[in-house]
Amino acid sequence: MLKITDLHVHYGGIHALKGVSLSVEEGQIVSLIGANGAGKSTCLNTISSLVPASSGQIIFMENDITKSAPHSIVKSRLIQVPEGRKVFPQMSVAENLEMGAYVRTDKREVKADRERVLNMFPRLRERERQLAGTLSGGEQQMLAIARGIMAKPRILLLDEPSMGLAPILVQEIFSIIREINAQGTTILLVEQNAHMALSIANYGYVLETGRVVLEGPATELAANDEIRSAYLGA
Amino acid sequence: MLPVLGFTLLGVTIVLIVLLFKFKVQLTLHTAGQIAYTPLMFILAVLALNYLLVGLEADRIYFLQQTVYGISLGSVYALIALGYTMVYGIVRLINFAHGEIYMLGAYAGFFAVTSMGLHFVLALIFAMAAAALAGVLVERIAYKPLRNAPRLAVLITAIGMSLLLQNVGQKVFGSIPRSFPRQFDGLYQIGGINLDQSRIIIFLITFLLMLALQYFVNYTKPGRAMRAVSQDRDAAQLMGINVERTISSTFAIGSMLAGAAGILVAIVFPQIRPTMGLMPGLKAFVAAVIGGIGIIPGAVIGGLLLGVSENLVTAYLSSSWRDAIAFGMLIVILLVKPSGILGRNVREKV
Ligand SMILES: Nc1ncnc2c1ncn2[C@@H]1O[C@H](COP(=O)(O)OP(=O)(O)OP(=O)(O)O)[C@@H](O)[C@H]1O
Ligand SMILES: [Mg+2]
Repeated sequence: MLKITDLHVHYGGIHALKGVSLSVEEGQIVSLIGANGAGKSTCLNTISSLVPASSGQIIFMENDITKSAPHSIVKSRLIQVPEGRKVFPQMSVAENLEMGAYVRTDKREVKADRERVLNMFPRLRERERQLAGTLSGGEQQMLAIARGIMAKPRILLLDEPSMGLAPILVQEIFSIIREINAQGTTILLVEQNAHMALSIANYGYVLETGRVVLEGPATELAANDEIRSAYLGA
Repeated sequence: MLPVLGFTLLGVTIVLIVLLFKFKVQLTLHTAGQIAYTPLMFILAVLALNYLLVGLEADRIYFLQQTVYGISLGSVYALIALGYTMVYGIVRLINFAHGEIYMLGAYAGFFAVTSMGLHFVLALIFAMAAAALAGVLVERIAYKPLRNAPRLAVLITAIGMSLLLQNVGQKVFGSIPRSFPRQFDGLYQIGGINLDQSRIIIFLITFLLMLALQYFVNYTKPGRAMRAVSQDRDAAQLMGINVERTISSTFAIGSMLAGAAGILVAIVFPQIRPTMGLMPGLKAFVAAVIGGIGIIPGAVIGGLLLGVSENLVTAYLSSSWRDAIAFGMLIVILLVKPSGILGRNVREKV
């Protein structure tokens, strides 16, 4: 469904991605793990075209999207929930959800989806009229994910959805990710919380200073000694 | 009798202001909010103040008369200031060529009325369309290539663009002022105050345009896109918003309002010339900063405040203070509250 080959990305003089290749099959959850600065967000942002690729290729649903504009990528329903939430602080929760459905024209279904995400996140329903900037960090994260779902994604890229959340909320977020996936959305999950990320994934990639150093079925990665010592703290 | 009326009106005004702030959701940064109510509140506040001035009857009328002039001038500043503030909100750029767009609007209106013989309303629409086109072109030609350039480079380009348009204007339209044909001759008297038809029309049209803008920014898709881009450009792109198109439409709408201001001014001050955009442009910029740049209702408040202050200063001190007051107010606001009247000094934490 999504296939990246030999992707290179530079920020000025910094060579952030040095030939990353990975692929995500339809219906799967794929996790991308790695330490700070490994290039995980860069990878997602390049897929979404917020950052230009220096070379390499990104294929989504048989289309080369390497040079597509960010908004046309969203139209093909490849959706990213960015790192650090990035909700619209001066819009209400309701308006943020509407922004998520910005490219959609099927008004009736949008309404139904809205109900669906509000059921998924009852806390957001209580705060529909509140400005997103005044939500707590965890609530903003929920809103960011809910907003992503409102776009009716074929594939959802999630950048560190558990960052800065209390353990109980992390559990909740991960079970929601699983639920979204069960309802038919493919997921590419970037996480520092390697343990959790691998526990729900089918397949995993380990990124280190811009290179994929290890990949394999999630269960195998979770059992791998190197990973255990480097990322799982065991 | 008069003080009672004054206090009542003042009370009503305060209640209105409180109500406005209660619905802060719509008033905060980057939302259009209750833009259109601001002028109404201004009038109420001024009326209230006026009735509180229990001095001589004649003085009261003089004060009110000057304020009426101030409000119509101020609504023109407000219209221009809206363009500055919207563009700043989207691309963080002070578009110094904005005053020249206002000038082009006046000329477009002039030719629409004279050469094409159009009715005033059509001429107004024509001026707005021409200004929108000019604004979008300026953005395409001058600012778009500099999208990722340092801000100083863009600022200098903006000043250059302003000078360029002034000089092209001199070349094309000639440097001799043209006289905009008189449109409205009506003159009404209410309680001893002269209300000329043209000033009423300026105020009404400004009010309608602000209502339209308020609706556009809050409830339409492109309006929402505009707010989204101004709050977080990357996130806006991730929603599928075409940022370049949003920037263009922001320039178009801001310029449209400036174009309207150009032709509206010409019905009261009929002398139009290629350099006419300079001072009002600067003052509208000051108005935008006073209200809080990037904040749409702020532009309206700043514009009206500036217009009224200018006229009162002229009336009670001397006309030589007229221009000084604008920049004096700018200095005061920069010292006291640099983010402007409606601005916030701290950005909200995430
Ligand atoms: N806009 C930028 N300009 C310059 N360098 C950047 C930029 N964004 C990222 N980098 C650099 O690229 C490298 C990869 O950054 P990236 O944000 O992709 O890491 P990450 O894996 O997402 O890290 P984290 O887990 O901390 O979010 C880092 O060395 C970072 O400093
Ligand atoms: Mg990151």
